[in-house]
Amino acid sequence: MIREADAIVVGGGLHGCSAALQLALRGLRVVVLERRHVGRHASGINAGGVRTLGRDLAEVPLSVLGMAYWHRLSELVGDDGGFTPCGQVKVAETHDELAGLEKRALAVRSLGMEHERVIDGDELRRRVPAIASHCVGAMVVDGDGAADPYRATSAFAARARSAGAQILEGEGVVGLERQPGGWLVVGERGRYRAPVVVNAAGAWAGRMASLAGDEFPLKTRASMMLVTERMPPFVEPVVGSVGRALSFKQSSAGTVIIGGGQQGRADLDREQAWVNVANLARSARAAAALFPVIRQARIVRSWCGIEAETPDRIPIIDHSPRAPGIVHVFGFSGHGFQLGPVCGVAVADLVTRGSTTLPIAPFSARRFAAAAKAA
Amino acid sequence: MSDRPFDLVVIGGGPAGLAAASQARQLGLSVALVDEQPAPGGQIYRAVERAEAEGRATALGEDYRHGLGLVRAFHECGATLFASHQAWQVEPGGRVFATDGKASRLIEGRRVLVAVGAIERPVPIRGWTLPGVMSVGAAQILHKTIGLVPDAGVWIAGSGPLTLHFAAEIVAAGGRIAGILDTAHGRLPETALRHLGGVVRGWRYVARGLGYLARLRMADVRRVSGVENVEALGEGRVERVRWRSGGQWQEAPASGLLLHEGVVPNTHMTMAIGCAHDWDEAQKCFRPRTDRFGMTDVEAILVAGDCGSIGGARVAECRGRLAALGAAASLGVISAAERDRLAGPVEAEVSAHGALRGFLDDLYAPAAELCVPPDDVMVCRCEGITAGRIREAASLGCRGPNQVKSFTRCGMGPCQGRMCGPTVTATLAAALGMTPQEVGAFRIRPPLKPLRLGELAALADAEAGE
Ligand SMILES: Cc1cc2nc3c(=O)[nH]c(=O)nc-3n(C[C@H](O)[C@H](O)[C@H](O)COP(=O)(O)OP(=O)(O)OC[C@H]3O[C@@H](n4cnc5c(N)ncnc54)[C@H](O)[C@@H]3O)c2cc1C
Ligand SMILES: Cc1cc2nc3c(=O)[nH]c(=O)nc-3n(C[C@H](O)[C@H](O)[C@H](O)COP(=O)(O)OP(=O)(O)OC[C@H]3O[C@@H](n4cnc5c(N)ncnc54)[C@H](O)[C@@H]3O)c2cc1C
Repeated sequence: MIREADAIVVGGGLHGCSAALQLALRGLRVVVLERRHVGRHASGINAGGVRTLGRDLAEVPLSVLGMAYWHRLSELVGDDGGFTPCGQVKVAETHDELAGLEKRALAVRSLGMEHERVIDGDELRRRVPAIASHCVGAMVVDGDGAADPYRATSAFAARARSAGAQILEGEGVVGLERQPGGWLVVGERGRYRAPVVVNAAGAWAGRMASLAGDEFPLKTRASMMLVTERMPPFVEPVVGSVGRALSFKQSSAGTVIIGGGQQGRADLDREQAWVNVANLARSARAAAALFPVIRQARIVRSWCGIEAETPDRIPIIDHSPRAPGIVHVFGFSGHGFQLGPVCGVAVADLVTRGSTTLPIAPFSARRFAAAAKAA
Repeated sequence: MSDRPFDLVVIGGGPAGLAAASQARQLGLSVALVDEQPAPGGQIYRAVERAEAEGRATALGEDYRHGLGLVRAFHECGATLFASHQAWQVEPGGRVFATDGKASRLIEGRRVLVAVGAIERPVPIRGWTLPGVMSVGAAQILHKTIGLVPDAGVWIAGSGPLTLHFAAEIVAAGGRIAGILDTAHGRLPETALRHLGGVVRGWRYVARGLGYLARLRMADVRRVSGVENVEALGEGRVERVRWRSGGQWQEAPASGLLLHEGVVPNTHMTMAIGCAHDWDEAQKCFRPRTDRFGMTDVEAILVAGDCGSIGGARVAECRGRLAALGAAASLGVISAAERDRLAGPVEAEVSAHGALRGFLDDLYAPAAELCVPPDDVMVCRCEGITAGRIREAASLGCRGPNQVKSFTRCGMGPCQGRMCGPTVTATLAAALGMTPQEVGAFRIRPPLKPLRLGELAALADAEAGE
């Protein structure tokens, strides 16, 4: 038996669930196919940073619009996803770094946006008393913050279900066949048909795209995180760094979560990733450089998540260049969590109207056409 | 950073690891042995050299003295010892990261033997998280290392050889206990009959068990058998213990309660490495899949001793020697024929010492309610998660421990599921009508035990020239 739908979403991460929710709210019959379970991969295990600060200029407009969804997440999905607008801070350790931040703030302002602000060392110490004394200033965004990734992703899934979407877990897509008026999606357990297929398969989105005939020059990122045991509260905002790969935040439970993009090793076939200890040690060292007290904290766990990375490190959010009815939304290159809620709207627009007024022009699928041909 | 790659890095200096190291040296391999204890000996021969020096080894028994020989042979074998070093990450290719509590170091092996022993099965009863309740194993460590003896108001509840052994040990050391609540539900005569062959071949062990019993009777230690539903009660700490036997509830004052329901393989390391594991229904635990020589499905990784399968100290020792043979052959140092020739007598020894295993497994199989506790019983102490919460997560669609963890935080605390893992798997399997094998176990990630951030950062400090 073939199950018929108006749209099929491949991937039950935040992006798949967000797209499914928006499509269901517009009255479409949506089926989400998720090979493992909702939030199993990047969306459920990331650092939870909800950050407009310091993004690629091409992403800033969409990211800033996206912030509104986080501030009103309860209205959208019935749960705040653990989101707290605790602010994000990007620390400069030298005057050169601080000058770089000033320059960056100007560039953002020239786009007509005022959210990023540069602060001096005194204000930095007032906001983050535990910061190492040599730090000279920072860039801050006050409305930014952090959320609980698994909880937020689950909330989108639950809300999508209540809006009528069917989310089938434990169903991996193994084939795509073009048919008159749409696509036949072949799963490990069943078959599905719809005029439109949304490719939100995260690290495996390149493989999904290949099934539809699209080739993209993607790499796989395997970003690592570590978490400490609970500590008394000592830092409120999420802290990043200009000169070091670092994201540092204390959860409401008191644990400190340290990431920043140091890389482990991914195996797409086994759907697993392994921590690289030498690289993890660099994260630890970076954290200790900014927060000396953290050297004494005990690490209880480290882990590694997998994601697709594009050559310019910004995503692809677009119709397939050559396969009508396929919409791609992937390649977030390490920072797609914050974009999840707004991208669902963009994808629903692409599916239901063919285009969107949201600022996604930089994320065209065609920008890699030349590279893909050459490859 | 690495001193030099060793042919074999052995993790764990119990009987398995010590025997493996000595055997591997005899075959000409370069060997490093890493153990978190200050001195080799492992669980059973813990601090054996110190006890000998202080004249306590004889009181601890003939077995303990056997360990002394093993430790002495190890010291003479020419292996490099990393004592007081905890291995917190082992990569599938053979890189071992260990810390001495200040800084981490990399110890590289062409082969790695995981010989980290057993851990006590969790005993999730009502009140087990009250202060004053601890495991028999923890109490035994206090006794072996600092000579601490429980006071006369302490009860021991549980089953398995260790409960009797420990009680006898305490009595021999001049201590007193309130009594033993024996929860073994296998009936001794029937079970013995079913395993008659094993019991006969393992008579030395049976005799030893009977010896413990006799010693306890002589010391007038109260022993209640057929005990079920043990509970610890009290405000702020354990004050009373309650149990059921012969259909009757009974209660007694208690200044402490020591629990023990047998041991299971410590599989955290092999799981973290990614070795395949199978559920062992007889011993109700996961164990790594290995061949006769302890080789796992990951080429560089071998397993020996109780972390592979519970067999006791003498079997662990044999398995260690077999693993050394396996490692040597896989490195091309000896031929397969030579390996098999040397293995023959060792395997015969294994079956002699292991004769009693089936009998013990049956006699001391843990009660169903301990594997799958009722709703109000705490399962994950770190995060305060009850069995009921796990069932609730199952009813909300969770199909495995990792999903339950994301859902409830169960297993996210400092112990990372080392305590609650088996209970979570069993509870979930029962709730879903699946087998433990299907449900699986918590994914284990480094560090294997909590590690100070500074100890990790030290690896990068060294690289940055600090
Ligand atoms: C460690 C780490 C930290 C991060 N920190 C941050 C941060 O702080 N802030 C931020 O904004 N972003 C962060 N990110 C990035 C962010 O997590 C991702 O960009 C985002 O979650 C991507 O969501 P997704 O839904 O596209 O992918 P995923 O969540 O990976 O979902 C893809 C899903 O598709 C499924 N799938 C794949 N192939 C198939 C198939 N053939 N059939 C069926 N299903 C399939 C997979 O099982 C998976 O569940 C981080 C990422 C990592 C790894
Ligand atoms: C709590 C407890 C008490 C026991 N008491 C008795 C008893 O009284 N009598 C008896 O006959 N049997 C007893 N046993 C069983 C007995 O310990 C085993 O049969 C036997 O010791 C198994 O030997 P092994 O070499 O496999 O492991 P073990 O002897 O347990 O040796 C494992 C060694 O590995 C080390 N280790 C573990 N993890 C790491 C790591 N990450 N890094 C570095 N080192 C590590 C440990 O410190 C230990 O020294 C007990 C078991 C337990 C768990």
